[in-house]
Amino acid sequence: MTLAATGVTVRRAGEKDSVSGVVPRWVALPETVEEISAVLRACEEQDLAVVPAGGGTKLHWGHPPERCDVLLDMCCMNEIIEHAAGDLVVRTQAGVTMDALAATLAGKGQELALDPPFAEHTTVGGTLATATAGPRAFRYGTARDLLIGITVVLADGTVAKSGGKVVKNVAGYDLGKLFTGSRGTLGVIAEATFRLHPLPPERRWIVTRTKVADLAGEPLRRLAASQAEPSAVEIDCPDGRNATIAVLVEGSAAGQRAPALRDVLGDGTITAEPPDWWGLILMDDVLLEVRFPPARTVETLAAVGETRFSFRGSPVTGQAYLELWDDVSEEELTAVVDRLRARIEALGGRVTVPASPYEGVDRWGHVSTLPLMRRVKERFDPGRRMSPGRFVGGI
Amino acid sequence: METLIAALRSLLPHDSVITDPVRLRTYECDGLTYHRATPGVVVLPATAEQVARVVRLCNDFGVPFVARGSGTGLSGGALPREDGVLIVTSKMRAILEVDLDNRRAVVEPGVTNLAITEAVRDRGHYYAPDPSSQQICSIGGNVAENSGGAHCLKYGFTVNHVEACEIVTPDGDLVTLDRMDPGYDLLGAFVGSEGTLGIATKITVRLCRAPESVTTVLAAFGSIEQGGEAVSAIIGAGIVPAAIEMMDALAIEAAEAAVACAYPEGAGAVLIVELDGPAAEVERQFAQLREICSGAFELRVAADPAERAAIWKGRKSAFAAVGRISPAYIVQDGVVPRTSLPGVLAAIDRLSAEHRIKVANVFHAGDGNLHPLVLFDDAEPGAGERAEVVSGAILDLCIEHGGSITGEHGVGVDKSRYMPRMFSEDDLDTMQLVRCAFDPRGLANPGKVFPTPRLCGEVPGVRKGVHPLVESGKAEQF
Ligand SMILES: Cc1cc2nc3c(=O)[nH]c(=O)nc-3n(C[C@H](O)[C@H](O)[C@H](O)COP(=O)(O)OP(=O)(O)OC[C@H]3O[C@@H](n4cnc5c(N)ncnc54)[C@H](O)[C@@H]3O)c2cc1C
Ligand SMILES: Cc1cc2nc3c(=O)[nH]c(=O)nc-3n(C[C@H](O)[C@H](O)[C@H](O)COP(=O)(O)OP(=O)(O)OC[C@H]3O[C@@H](n4cnc5c(N)ncnc54)[C@H](O)[C@@H]3O)c2cc1C
Repeated sequence: MTLAATGVTVRRAGEKDSVSGVVPRWVALPETVEEISAVLRACEEQDLAVVPAGGGTKLHWGHPPERCDVLLDMCCMNEIIEHAAGDLVVRTQAGVTMDALAATLAGKGQELALDPPFAEHTTVGGTLATATAGPRAFRYGTARDLLIGITVVLADGTVAKSGGKVVKNVAGYDLGKLFTGSRGTLGVIAEATFRLHPLPPERRWIVTRTKVADLAGEPLRRLAASQAEPSAVEIDCPDGRNATIAVLVEGSAAGQRAPALRDVLGDGTITAEPPDWWGLILMDDVLLEVRFPPARTVETLAAVGETRFSFRGSPVTGQAYLELWDDVSEEELTAVVDRLRARIEALGGRVTVPASPYEGVDRWGHVSTLPLMRRVKERFDPGRRMSPGRFVGGI
Repeated sequence: METLIAALRSLLPHDSVITDPVRLRTYECDGLTYHRATPGVVVLPATAEQVARVVRLCNDFGVPFVARGSGTGLSGGALPREDGVLIVTSKMRAILEVDLDNRRAVVEPGVTNLAITEAVRDRGHYYAPDPSSQQICSIGGNVAENSGGAHCLKYGFTVNHVEACEIVTPDGDLVTLDRMDPGYDLLGAFVGSEGTLGIATKITVRLCRAPESVTTVLAAFGSIEQGGEAVSAIIGAGIVPAAIEMMDALAIEAAEAAVACAYPEGAGAVLIVELDGPAAEVERQFAQLREICSGAFELRVAADPAERAAIWKGRKSAFAAVGRISPAYIVQDGVVPRTSLPGVLAAIDRLSAEHRIKVANVFHAGDGNLHPLVLFDDAEPGAGERAEVVSGAILDLCIEHGGSITGEHGVGVDKSRYMPRMFSEDDLDTMQLVRCAFDPRGLANPGKVFPTPRLCGEVPGVRKGVHPLVESGKAEQF
């Protein structure tokens, strides 16, 4: 069957639909799970390569696709199927924006405890497929920890689900975990079911400026172990020496709990609003991510401080993004990544490069389980037609 | 088998290979005692490298292997194969590292769940997932089953607390799945795979800080319905307690007979609610909770750890306790959306009356995880069969209400036949792709989880370049 014969809305693609410089031939706009399946079946028959797209905010992350014939735009899959407030569960199509979802949930005093920036553009599916951590990962985990059920469409059009709409469920393999963070290389995420949390009645941020050197030792460790139970701790550090720390405490009695956290920091301002940089990355044409043992935060900050990148992330989960405000050449970026990777890996951490305009850069470093990942990819997408080449090791 | 055993003996110390029929029989079942099989041979490796060597040997001989921790599983997951090797982790019980600065511990798979908490409790930390079997069950078994516990309502399951896992893959490679690594979340897929994707040989778990304050409340209601309404009201008020447990009258009667837990007399249901967290928060939530439970005819609040233990005593002994009021019983494990609880409980009542089989209900009410105890007299002809029917019908109820056939005990051999009721053939075939990626030869715990899985077959050839149809112009129709 041809794409046209599926009856799904399809238009010719243009320059603006390009994925990391690769211009697809068509853009398909399915409106139902069945339509996604029909498109993928047609693509299988015609050997067309497919890249799924949500809001498109992170479509330039990863390698350019080896080929891309069809951009599968999920924007019409925008229905929130069921918000079972009494069960603290929501089931939604993957094209729903995170903002629209949050608005519906807030209507019943609930939230999905993820903090993707620019939520008016980002989608549920894109958020799952990217699976990065925001500030509150410290308390709530990341997307994979909140996902309880998923419906996916495989490269050959097979529709499969796992999990369900109950929070507790150990029947069968958890395909949701496998697809979370798969960057569109295993299939299309069509629907997702999440566990929710009540919206916290109060929120307070404790914000203070400090010298990185003064962070050595106690304060960060005590923040993480504080029985006042912060939901997040973030550091903004542009130069490796001076930092702003912000601690979020939320829930009932947040106002009462905040002073204890300020005491741990030594001093600070308690506010009801986050600092303007909270959980945000504005420049991501070139973006590095570091993961590190929380106890090695100071060394990590120092290592990053030797580069031109600024650090924004969490000393309690050990995850941060490194942002760059000027241009960088391929040679310089390659050298920075290699040097930083050696330093951070010696601390027991990892450096990856989510976004880079240059292909000469080693984006992932050595991944010891790559052979197993390739075997998974081969089973799910034997024809290499789903976002081919975009992810680790060119999977 | 004889040559395999000889080869195993050359790999492992003498006392690590068990072939004596009497000793083999001690491994013939797990906590689900009505499935039994004598293992072909049992090995007790002491290191990951030994596990890997055993698994490679199984590959050489094309023989299946089954992992076993403490054998407390309730779905027959560790049921051995007569034609296979049972790999028991009881010699791998070292806590290798406790790193409080990074809130982690690295342990061998045979370490018991409780031992981790005991190692860090005096320093104000604990390991959160707390299955009722925590004194005996192994962390390797917990990883395989993605075990939960009474407190998983707030704190999540094993999968949310495992940071990394060294595994021996079904073809005998030793690899580490780490949450920190980029790429597919193989760790997430491995946890809960019931020993079918390999054997965990080293596990890095997350440690939690002990909460500042804990308040445990026992509320006695006249009926299950009233108890259920209170649960809804708690969730509706935006409170996420650490635990909400419920027991019905029959379960209370059993607990009373077994451990004299002294729950309020005449209760149709008791609710145990535990709030924990920062003192100021717990205090506020407790005030709300008191309000919500105003319909309870008695409310007890534990003032100290001893009183807390007294409240939990009845609940924790409930499974074993029904032995006091019934000669035989089946422990069922199913899940429904929490809001469907009242309807499902009423339907269980009807089933019970219709088949003349008593059902005692104990459940994790906060997350809709039911543990109906289906009671019968095995001396009475036909009673066992009727109990089976009721037990199976309860799972059907769970599926009908959009729930699950297992919330924490796993599928194992016991429930594989229910999988097609919950999942379509396409769902199961897709899960099988994961299985085939890890275990193309199907040697790791075969016959568990999936009903008669298909053979993996060859991976279709990877096609590259322009499709012949496109080249010939036929596919350019659009
Ligand atoms: C500082 C910072 C903080 C962040 N915080 C969080 C956070 O707290 N929690 C969180 O979860 N994320 C967080 N993110 C991640 C980010 O917000 C997501 O990547 C974003 O939501 C992507 O959505 P999108 O719809 O624009 O995806 P797109 O840009 O359209 O797609 C992103 C990727 O996903 C694939 N994809 C998209 N839709 C699908 C689908 N339906 N099926 C399969 N593959 C698909 C695409 O092919 C592409 O590879 C953060 C990012 C940054 C920079
Ligand atoms: C009284 C009682 C109360 C219980 N309460 C709870 C509860 O509250 N919550 C709950 O979730 N469960 C509960 N259980 C069930 C059981 O204790 C858990 O499933 C537990 O995780 C099993 O651990 P084990 O070491 O006994 O595993 P086993 O029974 O030995 O094995 C279970 C499964 O894990 C596999 N396995 C074992 N070790 C490994 C390994 N190292 N690598 C890979 N696979 C492995 C086996 O092949 C098998 O499939 C209870 C059981 C009993 C008897």
